[in-house]
Amino acid sequence: MKFTDVFLQTAIKILVFIIMTFSIYVLFAGHHNPGGGFIGGLITASALVLLYIAFDLQSVRDMMPVDFNQLAAAGVIVAVLTGTASFLFHVPFLTQTFTYVNLPLLGKTELASAVIFDLGVYMTVIGTTMTIITSISEDQK
Amino acid sequence: MYLLYIAILIPFFSIPFIPLLYKYVHRIHTGWFVLVIPVLLLFFFARYYFVQQTIEPLILSVPWIPSLNIHFTIYLDSLSLLFVLLITGVGTLVVFYSIFYMSKDREKLHLFYAYLMLFMGAMLGSVLSDNLLVLYAFWELTSVSSFLLIAFWYHRKRSRYGAQKSMFITMSGGFSMLLGFIMLYVTSGTFSIRELILLGDQISQHSLFIPAMYFIFLGVFTKSAQFPFHIWLPDAMEAPTPISAYLHSATMVKAGVYLVARLTPIFGGHQEWFWTITIIGLITLFIGSLTAIRQSDLKALLAFSTISQIGLIMSLLGIGSMSLNNQYSDSSLLFAGATLAAIFHLINHSIFKGCLFMMIGILDHETGTRDIRRLGGLIHVMPVSFTLTMIGSFSMAGLPPFSGFLSKEMFFSGALTASRTMGSWFIFIPIIAWVASIFTFVYCMILIFKVFIGPYKPLPLDRKPHEAPFGMLVSPMILASLVVILFFFPNLIASSLLEPTVKAILPQAFANGREWHVHISAWHGFNTELLMTMGIIILGMLLYKYLTKFRNIYESIPLKFTLNQAYDNGLVAMERISGKLIRFYMYGSTPLYLSYLFVFVIVIVGGSLFLLNGFIFDLSNNAPIELYEYMLGFTIVAAAIYMVFTKSRLISIIAVSVIGYIVSLFFVIFRAPDLALTQLVVETISTALFLLCFYFLPRVSKYVTPMKLNIRNAIIAIGVGMTLTLIGLSTQEHHLFDSIAEYYKDSYTLAGAKNIVNAILVDFRAFDTMLEIVVLFAAGVGIYTLIKLRHTGRKDQ
Repeated sequence: MKFTDVFLQTAIKILVFIIMTFSIYVLFAGHHNPGGGFIGGLITASALVLLYIAFDLQSVRDMMPVDFNQLAAAGVIVAVLTGTASFLFHVPFLTQTFTYVNLPLLGKTELASAVIFDLGVYMTVIGTTMTIITSISEDQK
Repeated sequence: MYLLYIAILIPFFSIPFIPLLYKYVHRIHTGWFVLVIPVLLLFFFARYYFVQQTIEPLILSVPWIPSLNIHFTIYLDSLSLLFVLLITGVGTLVVFYSIFYMSKDREKLHLFYAYLMLFMGAMLGSVLSDNLLVLYAFWELTSVSSFLLIAFWYHRKRSRYGAQKSMFITMSGGFSMLLGFIMLYVTSGTFSIRELILLGDQISQHSLFIPAMYFIFLGVFTKSAQFPFHIWLPDAMEAPTPISAYLHSATMVKAGVYLVARLTPIFGGHQEWFWTITIIGLITLFIGSLTAIRQSDLKALLAFSTISQIGLIMSLLGIGSMSLNNQYSDSSLLFAGATLAAIFHLINHSIFKGCLFMMIGILDHETGTRDIRRLGGLIHVMPVSFTLTMIGSFSMAGLPPFSGFLSKEMFFSGALTASRTMGSWFIFIPIIAWVASIFTFVYCMILIFKVFIGPYKPLPLDRKPHEAPFGMLVSPMILASLVVILFFFPNLIASSLLEPTVKAILPQAFANGREWHVHISAWHGFNTELLMTMGIIILGMLLYKYLTKFRNIYESIPLKFTLNQAYDNGLVAMERISGKLIRFYMYGSTPLYLSYLFVFVIVIVGGSLFLLNGFIFDLSNNAPIELYEYMLGFTIVAAAIYMVFTKSRLISIIAVSVIGYIVSLFFVIFRAPDLALTQLVVETISTALFLLCFYFLPRVSKYVTPMKLNIRNAIIAIGVGMTLTLIGLSTQEHHLFDSIAEYYKDSYTLAGAKNIVNAILVDFRAFDTMLEIVVLFAAGVGIYTLIKLRHTGRKDQ
């Protein structure tokens, strides 16, 4: 693209950070507040789409050398592995557990195995959405 | 004792070795190895015959599928033994004959003998089985092997046609027979024929008893080529001649006769049984003999003669079954004479028909044609063949001094017994029998005189005719000598085989210890039967002399109305109708299929709701509707109506996304923040994808004319909408049990999560979520491959 939209690019450079932060908040807050892996993943994907709109495909790929197909596959594997891990403790498949620990900076924090599962959902959603969008947009008609 | 099982299974076990022998021992004709099997079996079974003069029924049972009451039970009584001896005896001779008939170098002998052994084993199994389902299994195996053997020369069109036809007819008959057997099982709770006989009158009151009988009849009549199912047999004559001699004269077509005889103790006393078998048998007898005269192909002539002779046997069995009827219990022994005649004629027919087929095969083999019009005057070249054919034909015509004479006399006395005992109205039975016998006589004369007597025609024949090799003549010689021996010494088999067989077919008639002994004699004084035979000879001679005139009348009957025509047209019509039927509803248009689906939804779901009175309207517990709910509701309805009636696709897409966003607003109102968030984002993405699709639409169809109002679609759409609305309204107040939502409200202590929705998604019911992300992933991979691999696909082209 020869024409460069400076306003758009500059705005998006800032916006992407805000959106990314929000999406990660949504992901981790999902346990107690509205949100979760699915919506978090979609918001992250929308940030990436904004990058694609402002820049071209190749620059975004240089900036973020991620194969989204692999990311999606990894997400599915993470989700399945959280399920199988419960076999180690002789409990049924996909049994989730949680505990409270005192972390140095955060104080009393809840650690839940469900968050790892949600992370898998998050990765799958990003990977799939971006795979669909990039493969459609790269299509040479 | 288990030798019997081995005997049945030996033919099957031998099948793998036949191709090996054919391949590695090519110097010796494979038939010599195969010959060992029927010979062994013949000796094995003959031992039962000679060792035990009056054979005691032998029962062996091996559980096969005990939970379904299916046992591989062998029941060997004299009826079975009679058939077994026929199968193995004629089998031996046929295999021996085929060694000389089938060329070692040109034919695929391994297939021929493998099919033949398959048939022999199946036939042994069906006559020895006591369990109806096992019998059915073997019965179908005979159909399959017969199919394979008819199409042995599969490069010929006629062979394939004949094989297909016989397959269709016998298989459909076999299938209905299976239905009959199952009905019998329903009435009685057993598949065993012996137990069915013991149950006796108990099962005959059941409403399924008569239907079962008729379903079994279908199987019997198709297999035994009875009217109107006889049409497959003449077309089966495309098989190699040894096969025609074995399957289509001596054994397979008698399987139906066997079954009738076997089931007579169960059904015999009933009028329906008597009427059906007798009438069908007589019609077949008449039509078969009448049609045989007009044939010009020798094998076709023999095929029709087989049809008519089996009709004769059937009608005799039908008459004989009357001895089980209480009405005629006084004269039951007279009727038993008819059964005796049936059994005796069955043996005779197997012998002389086997002999005749082999002779036709020799004629074909030595002259290169089977056409009567091209043959003649062969008596000088082939004297031995002439003698043997003459013996066979005269036996078939019922002339002394051949065994056919005896059984024909017995046939007449059986028919006369029926008319005398059951009232003068039944006089039609002997009359039809007599007329059919005249025709039989005529075609027997054709067989001898047209072929062997008259001027010798050396020119049109393909080969120079000469007497057949000795090896080929051995088998028909043995059969022909049996014909003569049975005439002079019929009592050789009378007390040992015929008498116990008749007693096995009609056990109830002999139950009270009545004395009855078979004594067959060639001469029993001047009586009606003898006069009838004389009449046959005189009228037959006259008819033969004026055959050409007779034929002219006969052939003026148009061919259009024959059963073959009906069969062929029926097949064509069936294909055409089913094609039309499929074209009628399978247009390949998706909207049409969708309308089928939706109509079914309306009819089945709405209809069952209507029939079961499922409509409940109770709006009293509903929450009050707020103002903004009204507003959103009206907007969504307006957007939906606009979407349907707009002229532009772009506006439709926008209208759809309006609906989507309002739905997410509804989620907000109904306090589902997670859903609202997700719905918002997903709606945005799908709208973007819609726009993408819209952008790439071909230019021609982008500007659409307004959607045509399709009345049918409108009605269906309104119907589906109303059905689903009614269901929704009805289910609202219809709770079978309390909601389980109370349990999840405790999610903070259970899962450590304050967000119940998320806790359900990732903890309580995480399995669903896991599979949903797999679905998502699969969709992504699908789109990726669809787009990326499209190019490589094009490159390949």
